[in-house]
Amino acid sequence: MLDSPNNYRIEYRGVGKQFANTQTTGNQDEFIIAVRKVDLAVRDGEVVSLIGPSGCGKSTLLNMGSGLYQPSAGEVYVDQEKVDRPNAHVGFMLQKDLLLAWRTIRKNVEFGLEIQGVPAKIRNERSSELLEKCRLSGFEEHYPHQLSGGMRQRAALARTLAADPSVLLLDEPFSALDAQTKMILQQDLAETLAAEKKTALFITHDLAESVALSDRVFVMSQRPGTIIEEIDIDLPLRENPMARRHDLQKEVGDYVSRLMELLHVGELASEVEI
Amino acid sequence: MSDTAKPKLNGNQGSIGASIAVAVVFLVGWEWGPGFFNIPPYIIPSASSVYFEFIDAIERENLFVHTGITLLETIAGFIIGSLMGMIIGYILGISPKAEFVFSPYILALQIAPKVAFAPLFVVWFGFTVYPKILVAVLIVFFPIMVNVLGAVRRVDPDMVNLARTFNATRWQIFKMIEFRDAMPPLFSGLRIGATLAIIGVAVGEMVGGSQGLGAVLIFGGGSGNTALTFVAIIMLTFVGILAYIAVVLVEKRVLHYLPRSEFNSI
Repeated sequence: MLDSPNNYRIEYRGVGKQFANTQTTGNQDEFIIAVRKVDLAVRDGEVVSLIGPSGCGKSTLLNMGSGLYQPSAGEVYVDQEKVDRPNAHVGFMLQKDLLLAWRTIRKNVEFGLEIQGVPAKIRNERSSELLEKCRLSGFEEHYPHQLSGGMRQRAALARTLAADPSVLLLDEPFSALDAQTKMILQQDLAETLAAEKKTALFITHDLAESVALSDRVFVMSQRPGTIIEEIDIDLPLRENPMARRHDLQKEVGDYVSRLMELLHVGELASEVEI
Repeated sequence: MSDTAKPKLNGNQGSIGASIAVAVVFLVGWEWGPGFFNIPPYIIPSASSVYFEFIDAIERENLFVHTGITLLETIAGFIIGSLMGMIIGYILGISPKAEFVFSPYILALQIAPKVAFAPLFVVWFGFTVYPKILVAVLIVFFPIMVNVLGAVRRVDPDMVNLARTFNATRWQIFKMIEFRDAMPPLFSGLRIGATLAIIGVAVGEMVGGSQGLGAVLIFGGGSGNTALTFVAIIMLTFVGILAYIAVVLVEKRVLHYLPRSEFNSI
């Protein structure tokens, strides 16, 4: 793949973010540095994972990508445009499904389109198509509380895709699900991302998930978070994580071991024993 | 579904039977209890004498006209009070600055016993329906405003952020998220308001004028007709129940998307 900035869907250039530490000290002048000097770019059609210890600023990075926060230093570009406010180029998906309880599943999927003023007929076509892709046909007129956690998260994915974003920013979307549902949803996500040729930046705590789903993995340090390693996952079957896990067990395992070393998971475990 | 519904139905039937038994015991105690304990009828009239007084009062006191007046005042007070509570609750909810400015005064007004304003309103508006409606408005306003205000404050910021990533305007965020998300607490406030509206109206009627169930109550008490005060109390309760049922019916329609377990039976 040609690696020129023209090919980047989302790019962080020397991004840093600090927050006023008013909660603990009440002093306006004290700052917590959440992230510093982050350089990261995701090419068109790529799926890139971001892993790192809790509180290392991964979510802060995504929030800056979606324009909800402004970086304190550096810039974020989406489709070569500087992000200075929330914009429709990025789709956002969190651990919480954020489905609106008073809207049917179809109306929830159409939520973003409705905000953007898309005519009802086009909305309807788009939501029908995505609900089918996300295997929710037959549940269009159900309300969120009538669906299981996995189905609700699939509806959230359909809502994110409906607005046709350039980049999907996924913040641990599956971490609240049970292990089995999680694997099924990973499979759904990978297939959908491949079929729609979507670009995604994916935060996860699950090392195996990052290896199974991505083309590249960025590893972040403790706070103040910065990128300490970039790993190319040089394996086939990105569109089929179940097969990747199953057929390439050894290779996937090697990558996971390497990530564990980078994150000092083993050392932390032995500290706990003492 | 049908096998799980069956035992529940039986349980409900048992409870309904027990409820009816309580009513029977209460009525029997009311009818023969006062005589048994030698309590004179001007202190506690028996259930049957209250019933005969009710039949008499329909013609003699125009009971249903008074009931209708009280009902209309209650509806007017409740609707005006809840609309104001809703509007101001939403405004203060989305504007922390406005809440900061007004909160001390709102708190003071909330603590002030609203029924104490009734004589003042009679001085202002005379023996008309307005003082009664106004007391009801004041008393209904606060629980609804407080519930809406709190609910708007508690809207999940991630939900608002989601809408912002779709380029939502401030008005869209209000209309599509905050307004709807505050509906369940709004209806809890409306339920409370429906039971309070009748108190405001009754006090207003007791203080000034010759119309409405509150006036009937005072007349009955003043003329030593205790049975008539019982009739008035029962009719006031009946009006209150009507208002409450109306709110519950609207709530079931508007909040139809909530799981059934989130509806309380009371």
